[in-house]
Amino acid sequence: MSVQSTQHVNDDVTKLESVVIRFAGDSGDGMQLTGSQFSVATALEGSDLSTFPDFPAEIRAPVGTTFGVSAFQINFGSVEVSTAGDEPDVLIVMNPAALKVNLNNLRKGGMIILDEGAFNAKNLKKAGYEVSPLEDESLAQYNLIRIDITRMTVETVKKFGLGNKDSLRCKNMWTLGLVLWMFGRKRQPIIDSLAQKFAKKPDVANANIAALNAGHAFGETAEMSSNLHRYQINKYEEEAGIYRTVNGNQSLCWGILAGSQLADLEILLGSYPITPASPLLHMLSDMKEFGVITFQAEDEIAAICSAIGASFAGKLGMTTSSGPGIALKTEAIGLAISTELPLIIVDIQRAGPSTGLPTKTEQSDLYQAVWGRNGDAPIVVISVSTSTDGFEVGIEAVRLATKYMTPVMILSDGYIANASEPWKIPDINDYDAFPVKFHQDPEGFHPSKRDPETLARVWAKPGTPELMHRIGGIEKDYDSGHISYDADNHQKMTDVRRAKIDNIAQDIPLQEVSQGTEGGKLAIVGWGSTYGSIHQAVKKARKDGLDVSHIHIRHIWPLPRNLEALLNSYDRVIVAEMNVGQLNTLLRSQYLLDSVLLSKVSGQPFKIAEIHEAIVENTGDLK
Amino acid sequence: MNKQVDIKKLSPKDFETDQEVRWCPGCGDYAILKGVQMTLANTGASPENTVFVSGIGCSSRFPYYISTYGFHTIHGRAPGFATGIKLANPDLDVWLVTGDGDGLSIGGNHMLHVLRRNVDIQIMLFNNEIYGLTKGQYSPTSQPGLITPSTPMGSVDAPLSPCVFALGAGARFVARGIDTSLKELPVTLARAKDHKGASFVEIFQNCIVYNDDVFGEFTQKKTAKDTQIHVKHGEKMIFGKDVIKGLWFNAEKFGLEVVVIGENGITEDDILVHDETNRHIAFMLCELEAPDYPVVCGVIYCNPAESYDKAVQDQVAQAKRDKKADFNALLRRGRTWTVE
Ligand SMILES: Cc1ncc(C[n+]2csc(CCOP(=O)(O)OP(=O)(O)O)c2C)c(N)n1
Ligand code: SF4
Ligand SMILES: [Mg+2]
Repeated sequence: MSVQSTQHVNDDVTKLESVVIRFAGDSGDGMQLTGSQFSVATALEGSDLSTFPDFPAEIRAPVGTTFGVSAFQINFGSVEVSTAGDEPDVLIVMNPAALKVNLNNLRKGGMIILDEGAFNAKNLKKAGYEVSPLEDESLAQYNLIRIDITRMTVETVKKFGLGNKDSLRCKNMWTLGLVLWMFGRKRQPIIDSLAQKFAKKPDVANANIAALNAGHAFGETAEMSSNLHRYQINKYEEEAGIYRTVNGNQSLCWGILAGSQLADLEILLGSYPITPASPLLHMLSDMKEFGVITFQAEDEIAAICSAIGASFAGKLGMTTSSGPGIALKTEAIGLAISTELPLIIVDIQRAGPSTGLPTKTEQSDLYQAVWGRNGDAPIVVISVSTSTDGFEVGIEAVRLATKYMTPVMILSDGYIANASEPWKIPDINDYDAFPVKFHQDPEGFHPSKRDPETLARVWAKPGTPELMHRIGGIEKDYDSGHISYDADNHQKMTDVRRAKIDNIAQDIPLQEVSQGTEGGKLAIVGWGSTYGSIHQAVKKARKDGLDVSHIHIRHIWPLPRNLEALLNSYDRVIVAEMNVGQLNTLLRSQYLLDSVLLSKVSGQPFKIAEIHEAIVENTGDLK
Repeated sequence: MNKQVDIKKLSPKDFETDQEVRWCPGCGDYAILKGVQMTLANTGASPENTVFVSGIGCSSRFPYYISTYGFHTIHGRAPGFATGIKLANPDLDVWLVTGDGDGLSIGGNHMLHVLRRNVDIQIMLFNNEIYGLTKGQYSPTSQPGLITPSTPMGSVDAPLSPCVFALGAGARFVARGIDTSLKELPVTLARAKDHKGASFVEIFQNCIVYNDDVFGEFTQKKTAKDTQIHVKHGEKMIFGKDVIKGLWFNAEKFGLEVVVIGENGITEDDILVHDETNRHIAFMLCELEAPDYPVVCGVIYCNPAESYDKAVQDQVAQAKRDKKADFNALLRRGRTWTVE
């Protein structure tokens, strides 16, 4: 909502290219629901968008405290949007704690819409305010709009006879109604979904709908008397097609299911709940019509073991977790490598080490994924870059796991797992199938027999006549599959396991430059969820005439075969990542590359401005 | 008309592999291997539909010596693998081989859960009261005071009874056997194979190298009749060389006692009939220890219920009946919009 992009359509409607809104309140205020409903209304209006739910680890922290603040940020516009935005233009706060936590991020001069009714002595004290921010000068530099949302909501819903608690719960819908009015989004889809959600409690449904309508009506009538305005954001020009919003966990889940369909296999997921990976377990548990079996095991170890057992028996074994759980799976991953069975391992990374910050994002499991096992134990590692990218990554993971009989680890993270974007829904019929053929022929069979080209071991599943065999984690003889303690054989088997994975570099796409030129002064290299901020920062810098390109790596291991030459074609390479330099170490070790690290580990994604600043700093001295 | 084809009946030898068996000479594992091969032959097992899964330990080398499918996995985790295999293909007959360390120490948690879930597999726990493969440290079933390399002054750990553990975990089939009792063991294992749900069989196994003769008190052939009782459902629990000893339920003390028929007014009618569906009695039977009591072998408890894998398969089958597996439609469920 910067000045450059505004243009007055008429007296009371201001046209904007894009805007960032942040809804913030207590965990019990329903901010996630409000934000996601607003996203739906916005998507249906044809804006490009990106969201960022930012919630505390505690399910219900004490009411009114700063650590119980939950927020939802959305960036939407008529222009390409690829992050949830550096700083909100509009901050909506439902209580003093939400103001305290979120104010320093608000754009200077930005708008605050605040529920005055919640700014009482008790709440101010809980938030740690000695003097009410409404009474000193601390908010002077913002466009402050004070509304007693609490009182107006309670009055609106009085006629439905709800208790005090349920009445207050409608505050978020009142607020949403007002914001919908401000940004010209339709109410009907939200009314429909409220009616559906509370179908069994018609009073609650009606009260929420009434609150939504009342907030909207407030905007219409108060417009003259207050500094409330309406804003217009035109449609974003998108390719024709059917669209929906999708978050990173959804797209990944569907991608892996798509992969299983293309491989003609059914999935068995062994999993144990952990934030932020649990939604994958929930989603797949509701896909039984596709033959998906989900097993909520007693721990992460049993979970991965069941998946490996299922792969041995001829299913697509899969396991999902986050860093701490992946650590527990480590020994079993080694067995899957040693027995050369296909396996999909999903790591939705979160801030570590140990429990770390369970609901905050980080990309610090790269070492664990690539190197974190005993023995020489290579696997395939692929990363997810955006909320929609999971679909392609999921398919690719299944293709590689089944073609090369190997575990594949997919790295996503808490940020894209929860963030939504519009997605042009693909058609599965547009993808090439890669059906698995199980080995049937007893002639010359042994369990270590491999395809001379892919080096993949045969997949012969129990139940097949005349192929009875035994596998395990003890080293196997190259020529018979029997256990072998022979020294030369161990060398040979270690080499072939490595060669098999290295070879995959020939079967994955060449690394492309996602923005900019091949060769030049500066390249910013990223992987995973930093895509959006790097993309926008590079776009801005290039517009300003800076010679910078963006390279975003999907295939972490093996690396694309042209990557070394590509990186060497720039005078300088910055590796930007949300850890203290894990991809950077990998690239330096592989290519003796003298790269520069841009690191951030605050539990929050990179801001566009942070990357942009690094670009400016690093292009200045380059002739 | 179909031609009659003779299906060749497999012998125990047909279940041997070409692999050299690498247990120490005299190890109890050899006898158990034989007992299992006999069981498979006796029950007409199909090698291609049978899978042996194991963890790590001397005992867990077992799958390499059976000519079915086999998976030698990692220490303690065999229950997870076995569950995945059974869920993936319910037609497979899955056997799990584990040791007292593998199954009750590192894998104790998995053992608890595979039993309570009632996954339809057979679990054979080779109890030698020692860690064999790692050269003789004490295990969770070792007796207090046992001197081992890690307990030079004697073990101070309280031991666990595998069968009591299994019952406590909710196992619906609990049985016991002895490595060298090759008359009884295959009968017990055949019952385990027949049982739908998790069957738990503890097998006393002599580790001749690190814990020799630890079960000698009740496994000596000479005295076995007086130190063991092989229970059968519906039969009186009578034992002893002279067939006059029996188990009597002392209602006052709420426990089992050894009585002698003809002494103190005890008649055969007083001897308890084995009811393998009675879980309370099963606990008491499992707790009887030598030398005061006979060690109970055979099927101690059997009370089937629907298995976990069956319930899982039923839900999948129902979902397949109720919903169409249309991938494109799945992606289009919920709110969508069209850009022209
Ligand atoms: C993760 C792991 N920890 C430790 C070991 C070492 N280890 C192998 S077998 C074993 C104990 C086996 O005892 P038990 O299960 O009783 O089998 P037994 O050898 O007595 O048949 C141990 C500690 C291992 N292989 N893996
Ligand atoms: S160490 Fe004991 S259990 Fe292991 S093979 Fe030797 S005798 Fe058998
Ligand atoms: Mg042992």
